[in-house]
Amino acid sequence: MIKFFLMVNKQGQTRLSKYYEHAEINKRALLEAEVIKSCLSRASGQCSFIEYKDFKLIYRQYAALFIVVGVNDTENEMAIYEFIHNFVEVLDEYFSRVSELDIMFNLDKVHIILDEMLLNGCIVETNRSRILAPLLILDKMAES
Amino acid sequence: MSDMVERTLTALPGLFLQNQLGGPAASRAPFFSRLGGLIRGVTALSSKHEEEKLIQQELSSLKVTVSAPTTTLKMMKECMVRLIYCEMLGYDASFGYIHAIKLAQQGNLLEKRVGYLAVSLFLHESHELLLLLVNTVVKENSSGYKDLTESFVAILKQVVGGKLPVEFSYHSVPAPWLQIQLLRILGLLGKDDQRTSELMYDVLDESLRRAELNHNVTYAILFECVHTIYSIYPKSELLEKAVKCIGKFVLSPKINLKYLGLKALTYVIQQDPSLALQHQITIIECLDHPDPIIKRETLELLYRITNAQNVIVIVQKMLEYLHQSKEEYIIINLVGKIAELAEKYAPDNVWFIQTMNAVFSVGGDVMHPDILSNFLRLLAEGFDDETEDKQLRVYAVQSYLTLLDMENTFYPQRFLQVMSWVLGEYSHLLDEESPEGVISRLYKLLMSDSVSSETKAWLIAAVTKLTPRAHSSHRVEKLIQEFTISLNTCLRQHAFELKHLHENVELMKSLLQGAQTSEDTVVDASLSFLDGFVAEGLSKGAAPYKPHHQRQEERLSQEKVLNFEPYGLSFSSSGFTGRQSPAGISLGSDISGNSAETGLKETSSLKLEGVKKLWGKEGYLPKKESGTGDKSEVPHVPGEGTTTENVDKATTRKDQAQGLVQSTEEKERQLLASSLFVGLGPENTINLLGKADVVSHKFRRKSKFKVAQNDKTPSAHNPASSSFSSVSDVAHRDDDCLSTLDRGDTELSPELLGSESVSELPSVDRLSCVSLPAPSLFADNNMDVFHPSSPSTPSTVKEIHLASFLEETPECGHSSLLEICSNDTVSVSSYKIWKDDCLLMIWSLTSKTDSELTNAKLEIFPMENFKIIEQPGCCLPGMETESTKSFQYGVQMESPSVEGTLSGFINYQMMDTHSVKLEFSMNLSLLDFIRPLKISTEDFGKLWLSFANDVKQTIKISESPVALASVLTELQQKLRLHVIDVIGNEGLLACKLLPSTPCVLHCRVHADAVALWFRSSCSVLSDYLSCHCQKLMETS
Repeated sequence: MIKFFLMVNKQGQTRLSKYYEHAEINKRALLEAEVIKSCLSRASGQCSFIEYKDFKLIYRQYAALFIVVGVNDTENEMAIYEFIHNFVEVLDEYFSRVSELDIMFNLDKVHIILDEMLLNGCIVETNRSRILAPLLILDKMAES
Repeated sequence: MSDMVERTLTALPGLFLQNQLGGPAASRAPFFSRLGGLIRGVTALSSKHEEEKLIQQELSSLKVTVSAPTTTLKMMKECMVRLIYCEMLGYDASFGYIHAIKLAQQGNLLEKRVGYLAVSLFLHESHELLLLLVNTVVKENSSGYKDLTESFVAILKQVVGGKLPVEFSYHSVPAPWLQIQLLRILGLLGKDDQRTSELMYDVLDESLRRAELNHNVTYAILFECVHTIYSIYPKSELLEKAVKCIGKFVLSPKINLKYLGLKALTYVIQQDPSLALQHQITIIECLDHPDPIIKRETLELLYRITNAQNVIVIVQKMLEYLHQSKEEYIIINLVGKIAELAEKYAPDNVWFIQTMNAVFSVGGDVMHPDILSNFLRLLAEGFDDETEDKQLRVYAVQSYLTLLDMENTFYPQRFLQVMSWVLGEYSHLLDEESPEGVISRLYKLLMSDSVSSETKAWLIAAVTKLTPRAHSSHRVEKLIQEFTISLNTCLRQHAFELKHLHENVELMKSLLQGAQTSEDTVVDASLSFLDGFVAEGLSKGAAPYKPHHQRQEERLSQEKVLNFEPYGLSFSSSGFTGRQSPAGISLGSDISGNSAETGLKETSSLKLEGVKKLWGKEGYLPKKESGTGDKSEVPHVPGEGTTTENVDKATTRKDQAQGLVQSTEEKERQLLASSLFVGLGPENTINLLGKADVVSHKFRRKSKFKVAQNDKTPSAHNPASSSFSSVSDVAHRDDDCLSTLDRGDTELSPELLGSESVSELPSVDRLSCVSLPAPSLFADNNMDVFHPSSPSTPSTVKEIHLASFLEETPECGHSSLLEICSNDTVSVSSYKIWKDDCLLMIWSLTSKTDSELTNAKLEIFPMENFKIIEQPGCCLPGMETESTKSFQYGVQMESPSVEGTLSGFINYQMMDTHSVKLEFSMNLSLLDFIRPLKISTEDFGKLWLSFANDVKQTIKISESPVALASVLTELQQKLRLHVIDVIGNEGLLACKLLPSTPCVLHCRVHADAVALWFRSSCSVLSDYLSCHCQKLMETS
């Protein structure tokens, strides 16, 4: 099961966080700081999976932005690793060449996309067009 | 709100009337009319007061209905809906909650559904009654979806086959996450279930084949595939493919894949440690990998293959890693593992103490406290060997004194506590060390600021123990002076104790020096010296003492309180099947449930012991005879393999010429390899272990079939060798019999832990077929049974054989021979053998006319509730002659029921006639599947507390007074319950429904009645058993 989904940049600023297991607000900041620290400490040739406390971190770096997913022991690391990329591909399609700024200023939309893909810590949708369909309808409504 | 409700209500009756008109709806009329009537009644009212009156009336009538024993589940379902309605209107219907839970536990799908609906509406998430449902939900989750296996397989087949639209593909791989999800589901469904597993072999094979694209996500699928293949009931061909697949991972230059490969290896070697042999080079490379994550994963793997021969090297590697780690979680975890391995496999005292020193100094104050107490207990209790124990203690003392003499070193508090205890207890064993010397060291620590007061208490206790031996008491006096004015009450207390003892040297000597022979101290366990005190108390009107179990029970019966004892008592082992074992938990030897895993590990190490060294043709294993390769010889043996990092080279390694000049580094690695992988796998198993498994597997099956088919060719055989026991051995599927062999004397846990613990068994099985030479297990005499024993006159044959059958099974009960059907020419008789692990049914088809029977076949109609253990396709004819054919099948009851009918038909051909079909049917009772459960009183108590479903019943008995003994004998003989204990007028009994559903019974006799109280993990089992008991008591 996925415990949290984070997007943090190299400076340690959280751009998106979504928790699937309750964590207190002050602990979240601490956790995010530690998580990004352990990701930054890794060299590029090193393994993308980190054992962190009693769970695992799976991270991928896109430019200055890290996407880090915390999972429990039952999860398939590589599946999550590729899921991150799938998520980025969806963002890329929607924002056409997504950048950190897109994510910062369209936080709601990124959340909607993520919510289409992940539900209660489980992957529920990976088909790009189906993920984006509800969001496109919302956009249409906003235009009219 | 009420306005809205009212408006809705006025509309409802119309809706129901519409419903009643329709065809299918008409059958639901009674339900709607009752609810409808209620709703109409409520709507017709004009005041809130009248509503309340009506609803209260409704509720009281419902209360009667739901608790009436005659209420069917269907009625119950209707009642639930009305209760929901009442609660919706705001009236308390809590009396119905328990019935909602019951409904959710029983009944057909619709009734269950309504039960669950009611539960979800009635109970909030922390409601205590929800506990009762946990069991049911767990059970249904595992069993309820078995039927869906075929659907999941079909879905996966379509996905793998590319039947989904292209837009579901991710980098040309069709719906990879869906595939992974499905594979994971299949793994859960197929676990320990051969039939279900067989359904999925094909699709797993296809998944492995299809996932050939070189993309990360295909590797994710492959990984899941491997995991599933190793989780379900094994199929050798697939295991072999899976192992090859792991090779792709570990040899990959991509680090993420390497990680996954290690993870997969870690998983599979738990079932087959010798798999590590194939990948030894990679493992050693990974051990020195610059990425600590890879290193860590490698250590995890090594931890799983540790045995007495490689423990030193593995622990050394773990310690190296430990010294580099800073993260607390890693330290706790690793320290726990090291301590566990050290305790389990320590080769000698020196090593053990040194390793534990490292554990204590690094793990120090973060490690699990159990490590410390386990270690001290180990020292104190010792082993069987006196001198060995003394050596261990002396070495510990020496080592601690050396450590304390080092300047400017600080040790964690826990370590200091260990030292002070050991020094206080055992420093006298060391002749060259004076007590004064030890005391002065301890004194130095006591004066140090860096020592916590808890540790100081330990230190003073140690000084106290040493004082009687010391000649000069200068330090002791100073210490007393210092600490009798301490602000810490605990320290002050200790100091005063020391002071008083010090003043009375005689007392101190008798007290403390005697303590060193503490084993001889006689303890009056019955506390008889308190008898006077107790008598006095009783005379003053105090309540007499009742044992814990009795108090518990009375409290439960009085207050109807729920038992919050964790289910962990009986289910906890499931957690250990995962690869992570939290440091602390895996250490506590007294934690129940742990035994399953430890048992397994011990089995593997046991089996492998004595196997001197495995030298394969691959890797670093020289081709010499296995016996000659000794550890010390390793550096001298010219290795035929060279270390290669290259994949291609690795595969051609074995072909390289001998005597290549090796670099020192290679030699080191070779040395490491030989010390790490020693003791894995059996002798001369050079090929993939998967293959070895296959061979033995195939051997078993094949030989069986062969013999079974050979029954027409009688061979000269000693009839005596065809004993019944061999029949039964084979009659159980070979794996069952193997696992029972292996489990042998493991305690009750495997039976009690239920399906989850059984997960361990197939792996035990697998281990055993590898490490035991197969032929010895399947020696000829096991198969003899299928040969006709001796030709004798056909007419008497049946009687003779069956008689001999019966005589030779003294330990298993059996029913008498009963004719179940017949016609003019043949008769079919049958009887049951109540074997320990199943019900064995024997049918025998006898010709009345001495003419030859050919092509006899017996088939059993598939039944909902019974599981036939033998596949009908490979039925095993028993004693055969021309005019008699026997068949035997093992039967198991899938879910408890009072009775069931087993029916089927027999096909046969007489000489020159066409085939005749003869149908039969026979009754099987629940009692046929009940077996005694031999557990201790203590375990009874645990089980008693862990079961929520209980049934109480009082049976009046005509002959009074009732004798407990006769009741118990009756239960033991007729119902096959096991009598565990008799306490006064109460008896404790236990039984299990095959294969492993336990039921415990508490029985108490009164003047003219017997009160029976059943508890079981399965609610209906208690019900049915009590029903049988009643029948039994009333007839007797």
